[in-house]
Amino acid sequence: MSQLAEPLRPTPPRKLKLYFTIFLLALFLFASAYQTNSTFSELLTGLPNMTGLLVDMVPPNWAYINNITPAMLETIRMAVVGTTIGAVFAIPIALFSASNVFQSFWIWYPVRFVLNLVRTIPELLLAAIFVAIFGLGPLPGIFALGIFSVGIIAKLTYEAIESIDKGPLESMTAVGANKLQWIRCAVIPQISAHFITYVLYTFEVNIRAAAILGLVGAGGIGLYYDRTLGFLEYDKVSTIILFTLVVVLIIDYFSGKLREKLL
Amino acid sequence: MIRPQKPKKKIGLYILIYGSLLLLYIWAFSGVPMDGFKDTAGQISKAIFSGIFSPDWDYVYLPEGEDLLRGLLDTLAIAVLGTFISAILCIPFAFWASKNMNRARFTTGTGKFMLSFIRTFPELVMALLFIKAVGPGSFAGVLALGLHSIGMLGKLFSEEVEVIDPGPSEALAATGANKIQTLRLAVLPQVLPGFISYTLYRFEINLRSASILGIIGAGGIGTPLIFAMQSRDWERVGIILLGIIVMVVLVDMISGFLRKRVV
Repeated sequence: MSQLAEPLRPTPPRKLKLYFTIFLLALFLFASAYQTNSTFSELLTGLPNMTGLLVDMVPPNWAYINNITPAMLETIRMAVVGTTIGAVFAIPIALFSASNVFQSFWIWYPVRFVLNLVRTIPELLLAAIFVAIFGLGPLPGIFALGIFSVGIIAKLTYEAIESIDKGPLESMTAVGANKLQWIRCAVIPQISAHFITYVLYTFEVNIRAAAILGLVGAGGIGLYYDRTLGFLEYDKVSTIILFTLVVVLIIDYFSGKLREKLL
Repeated sequence: MIRPQKPKKKIGLYILIYGSLLLLYIWAFSGVPMDGFKDTAGQISKAIFSGIFSPDWDYVYLPEGEDLLRGLLDTLAIAVLGTFISAILCIPFAFWASKNMNRARFTTGTGKFMLSFIRTFPELVMALLFIKAVGPGSFAGVLALGLHSIGMLGKLFSEEVEVIDPGPSEALAATGANKIQTLRLAVLPQVLPGFISYTLYRFEINLRSASILGIIGAGGIGTPLIFAMQSRDWERVGIILLGIIVMVVLVDMISGFLRKRVV
């Protein structure tokens, strides 16, 4: 009886690939932990320091806000100017790297390649380079943010341009418009709302970036982290952090509302 | 001939928006110091450019250590470990903040707030604090990235959890499966590809961050870079920048390929 009742079961899928992936991941992790000297024991010995530091941070030194308000305004100013410069330069670059505006491979591909290269460089590195060129102050920060913004805005915008409706483009070609008219009347009306959204989004990113650029001497509130941490004034550090958080959240809120309205 | 009427515009609103924008720009641009150019700016930028185009190839590998390859390996290790830590730690946050996993709006709200709070806290500031706790070095960088990435990954993960199909969970609940079995057999298979894809995406971002963490002493290639900049060794700066760009581009390509395979 028992010999008859053995049904045909499907064989379960092989798990070799899964095990191999897990093995590979574990290998990577162990190699990384070895390379960076990361151990749990070090974390455990570090934790008391960390809690001590957090205890030192409360209560925040509210009076310090008066000292850092000018630097905060400078941070916002850097973000505004940097984003604007980036937005202006991003328009032609986005048009040149969109493959439906300039069909020739030899135009959009090189532009896009340079754009991708620019996007690999982190903004703090750009700022450090510009500080070496222009000296300390907000100017190198503005340039760094400008270039960084071109990277983001141009990439998002050319992707938006490539997904626009073909109809207006074809009808503009049919009535014999030249390239500039073609762009002005067929491309720009379709992407302007997207473009403004991207600029606002980049502005939000830039506010966060501008708040740390001071660490390499590029102006803004970041400078004060160095100054206060060096003197172990943790109550002031927490003031800076909370102040930055509040400003960033307020700007995010308004920018988010505006973006929702636009789309 | 009857022409269609032009759509009425809300003139008051437009004046308000453009007026306040104009004021913002006047305030922002008037505060930019335009006399901040150093006389040596031209010279230095020329030196940087020539340094980037004639990099110090000997620095790629030095037998006694502290060379480009080891710096890049360190950076990579920081990014791998930081991303892995955050990918594990953010899972509870993701379920906490997703609407369909808990009924109470209050819980979801606090979860989302926690995540946006972590997101706004800059990783460099986190690294500064961890350096105070565990000492300078790669481990501080790992911890900073691991903690900071929770913000973004948790948000993306929770959005992934929110869009799952409730069918499988209901079917399992109907067969009498308990909560953990439902999670493992109905929720996890649906969200895993998304989780992996977002983790890889965050890994790309973390690699860029890890390359600048060294500027403040949290390990990786940033430390030799900032030393080379301070000693005006532009050929070395050139090779390090090249190394970072090549590494980032390669990792982006591999990670992009993997993400396409997963989703």
